[in-house]
Amino acid sequence: MSTPTHDPHPEDRRTPGTGSANPGTDPADPTSPGSDPAGQGPASARDSADAPGAVDADEPPAGGSFARYFLRKLGGAATSMILVIVLGFFAFRMLPGDPVLKIAKERPMSPAQIAELRSQYGLDKPVIVQFWDYLVGIVTGDLGESYVYRKSVSALIGEYLGPTLLLTGTAAVIAIVLGLWLGQISAWRRNSLFDKLASSTSLIFWSVPTFWLGLILLMIFGGTLQWLPTGGMITPGLDPWSFAGIIDVITHLILPVVSLVAVVYAQFLMIMRASLLEEMNEDYLTTARAKGLTEDEVRRKHAVPNALLPTVTVVFLHIGGLIAGAVTVEAVFSWPGLGKLTFEAIRGPDLPLLQGTFVVFSAIIIVMNLAADIVYRFLDPRVRRA
Amino acid sequence: MSADTPAEAGPGSPSNGPGPRGSGPRGAAPRGANPAVDGAKLVRERRLNNAKKNWALFRSDVPALIGAVVLLFFVVIAVAAPLIAPATMLDVTKQLDVPRYAPPSLDHPLGTDDLGREMWVRILWGARVSILVGVAATVMSMVIGTIMGLAAGHFTGLFGGIIMRLIDFFIVLPSLLLAIVLSSVLERGVFTIVVAIGLTSWASTARIVRSQTLSVESRLYIERARILGAGHRHILFRHLLPAVMPLVLANTTLTVGGAIIAESTLSFLGLGDTSKESWGTILKNSMDVSAATSGYWWYVLTPGIAILLVVLAFTMVGRAFEAIINPALRSR
Repeated sequence: MSTPTHDPHPEDRRTPGTGSANPGTDPADPTSPGSDPAGQGPASARDSADAPGAVDADEPPAGGSFARYFLRKLGGAATSMILVIVLGFFAFRMLPGDPVLKIAKERPMSPAQIAELRSQYGLDKPVIVQFWDYLVGIVTGDLGESYVYRKSVSALIGEYLGPTLLLTGTAAVIAIVLGLWLGQISAWRRNSLFDKLASSTSLIFWSVPTFWLGLILLMIFGGTLQWLPTGGMITPGLDPWSFAGIIDVITHLILPVVSLVAVVYAQFLMIMRASLLEEMNEDYLTTARAKGLTEDEVRRKHAVPNALLPTVTVVFLHIGGLIAGAVTVEAVFSWPGLGKLTFEAIRGPDLPLLQGTFVVFSAIIIVMNLAADIVYRFLDPRVRRA
Repeated sequence: MSADTPAEAGPGSPSNGPGPRGSGPRGAAPRGANPAVDGAKLVRERRLNNAKKNWALFRSDVPALIGAVVLLFFVVIAVAAPLIAPATMLDVTKQLDVPRYAPPSLDHPLGTDDLGREMWVRILWGARVSILVGVAATVMSMVIGTIMGLAAGHFTGLFGGIIMRLIDFFIVLPSLLLAIVLSSVLERGVFTIVVAIGLTSWASTARIVRSQTLSVESRLYIERARILGAGHRHILFRHLLPAVMPLVLANTTLTVGGAIIAESTLSFLGLGDTSKESWGTILKNSMDVSAATSGYWWYVLTPGIAILLVVLAFTMVGRAFEAIINPALRSR
């Protein structure tokens, strides 16, 4: 599986954009970005500027204003969201069979009680009506009631959303900065000791489950050394907005963030490395050197900005993986976020809650991708001018 | 590639019958059985030479060789688990006199767990499920990915567009999230885990297959086949499939690692088959007894290292395959 989280394919990453920048409006277009894996294919010849930057192959070079581009991306995101919502309904309402019968199996219930539960969950209505109720519920923010917490799912999610955003946001920023920075050094000094070390470390981090790394960190720094707290977000009783409270939250944040970063930065490193390697043989670098720029300047001012372009999209695509990783990391560190909520919903099993977290997680990821497409448009002048 | 030709050379076209045979790719030569030139022999020789060359390439890749040895080791212990350590060694009721949480020592090479079971026995048995699920889920994901990728690359218009959207959807959403959903609503079991991982992780394969399909589609020999009256089925299975297969196979080895990690994650979340040992289940048990914070380091360390070794081994072997198939990568 290449779980997006675990995508061992450095060269597959030379195809930035196939994922989100190519919404498939024109699947026949053979100028699909750089991913012609064997490097052959007359097709790519058509794409005169087939540097990885020119990813949006199905973008007509002239024509299509920003509004049109935006609307198309928005349409794509909306389609994905509709798919999520439909999937959410069928996975949780249709596949598991009758939830009431399951509950009834666990504790003795009279037929009258069963019938009452049924009408309480709306299960006595025809499927199409249930689907409609579900749609109305989603639009109005009503995701049903959790079996376990006996609370409204949307209220629960609202309560747990903040910590997750804090955790994944911090981890994302650190992982991106670290990964891109190490990746460009790695590529620039290809085959040096640094490159080998960085590449093999990232390979090792790539090869372990996120939660295991979390367990190891927990064991060393929480268990043996007792330097850092082993779980939760804040010591009970502290005011999170006081100075001591903020420091306390940061100490709680360190271990989960490090486990998330360790697994994800490696991918960013590999993407950045591959993308910069792609640029390194370009003529404009020779020109820059001929102008008398130092190696450092050539890298910083010429190569890296170009290599960053294709990286951005792929990085945003991997944010989804970060969020998936948060589920297990939050479970390991009892971080009171959506991941922990998901973990508890699985234990329940608390299907309405699981459905809610699934829809919300997916929505976050889809929005992030839309953001990536829009940011990309602004970053790449070639796409912008088009 | 000209998008509209398939319509003219549709499956219903009368010339379809003889077409395929006549326009067969060069790979089909041995079936020609022409007695004058021994084509079959030539092809056999060429294949043998290729295999020799590829083996030499693989052999020169030391990490890949090590990876292959590690894999072989784990496959052997997985297959031979019942012989090396009979299932009774996992039976909790037979371990009453074994110390709990015994640290690794000569008597207990990898230590024991909270119920007195030997860690090495659990790792041995866990290898069966972990590797089996990894491989089975990968095969499933490859089959789906190849079909979807071929379809997205070959068919144009609405059908191709819909498939592209679907691929995009699965690329954007992390497969772990979808796998959690699937495995939590279906009956618990090893098969469910395989299905959950296989059904949700095919998108990146589909993307690779699609781009390869697009590049092959634009070659002249496809055009030629089409002009000679080849239909969709012929082009898909005789030309495109063989062309994307090597890529898919290399990708398979790389993907198994991800599938093994996904299995361990699902089992860790309690979505696996609790009655069967798997490395993820062991890690789940270790967390249930807070082994990490109680100092039972061997309980946490050993299953993770097993996962790390196997995933690394698959990745190393996969990279070597990939380098053989795609010479452009070798310089990296």
